[in-house]
Amino acid sequence: MTNTTFAPAARPAAIPVRDVLPWAVFGGLMLMLAIYFVGVEEGATALFKGMYVHEFVHDGRHLLGFPCH
Amino acid sequence: MVGTLLLRGMLVGVVAGLLCFAFLKVAGEPSVDRAIAFEGQVDAAKDGADATGATSPTTHQHGDEAELVSRPVQAGIGLLTGVVVYSAAVGGLFALAFALAHGRMGELGPRSTAALLAGVGFVAVYVMPTLKYPANPPAVGEAGTIGMRTGLYFAMLALSLAAAIGCGMLRRRLANRYGAWNAFLIGTGVYLAAMLAVSFLLPAINEVPEDFPAVVLWQFRIASLGAQSIMWATLGLLFGALTERAASPRRKARATATA
Repeated sequence: MTNTTFAPAARPAAIPVRDVLPWAVFGGLMLMLAIYFVGVEEGATALFKGMYVHEFVHDGRHLLGFPCH
Repeated sequence: MVGTLLLRGMLVGVVAGLLCFAFLKVAGEPSVDRAIAFEGQVDAAKDGADATGATSPTTHQHGDEAELVSRPVQAGIGLLTGVVVYSAAVGGLFALAFALAHGRMGELGPRSTAALLAGVGFVAVYVMPTLKYPANPPAVGEAGTIGMRTGLYFAMLALSLAAAIGCGMLRRRLANRYGAWNAFLIGTGVYLAAMLAVSFLLPAINEVPEDFPAVVLWQFRIASLGAQSIMWATLGLLFGALTERAASPRRKARATATA
């Protein structure tokens, strides 16, 4: 197991960048939007009115290291 | 292929998030509660000082004022949601980074690639930004500077991530000329030097109230560090193990075919 982990028989084939790109752009945007809602929404900027999202994820936002309020 | 990796990354992220939630529930919430109690004392003292007894004009409300979300919800399902959503999203981004890095980091197999990548991600995405702008509990931070603090935090994060990616590409270029280990050391050194310069140039923020208990601040920040360590370690190790396992039946089939 150790041998295959550190010295696999063949150099693993890299996935071509053009195959990764569409996933990276669309997936990346969606995922960053999710992080935005946990980390920033209704703090420094807001897409929705009110403070509900901010208050709901409040403890997680603090503990994950984001500036909260 | 990439879709499978992305889904796997997000699922591993959910597992990591559940572990983080369990840890934070035990190690993080007590310091949050103590910080909110401190905030309550300060507000009470302020209200006492005002002869009119008018409530302080803070937009943010904790404690016994009319609550939008109750403390048990914030510390329970709210914390769970926040941590799991964050962790799943980071897991997905980690999987995309893995899709690009695997096969481009020397001859490392999936498990070592994932572990190394998670280590780099932990330092670049959490440790470096938090060394300059550490995590703060409730009651620390002026409401008026939230925009500036958020901007600086994300600037630090973006610069750190960009520097890490740049140095990873530099390492790859230098590997043929200087050897794998020296190229790795040079890349790491350039990253650290760049981030030291950035940290000196960006303004410092210190908004910790003078009489805020130091122990609570320390416990809070250690809990934050612990949760992020758990998340990145789970991402790196579990994702790597699952990816290797998914690849191994094919490798076995190839081995028997050539034998």
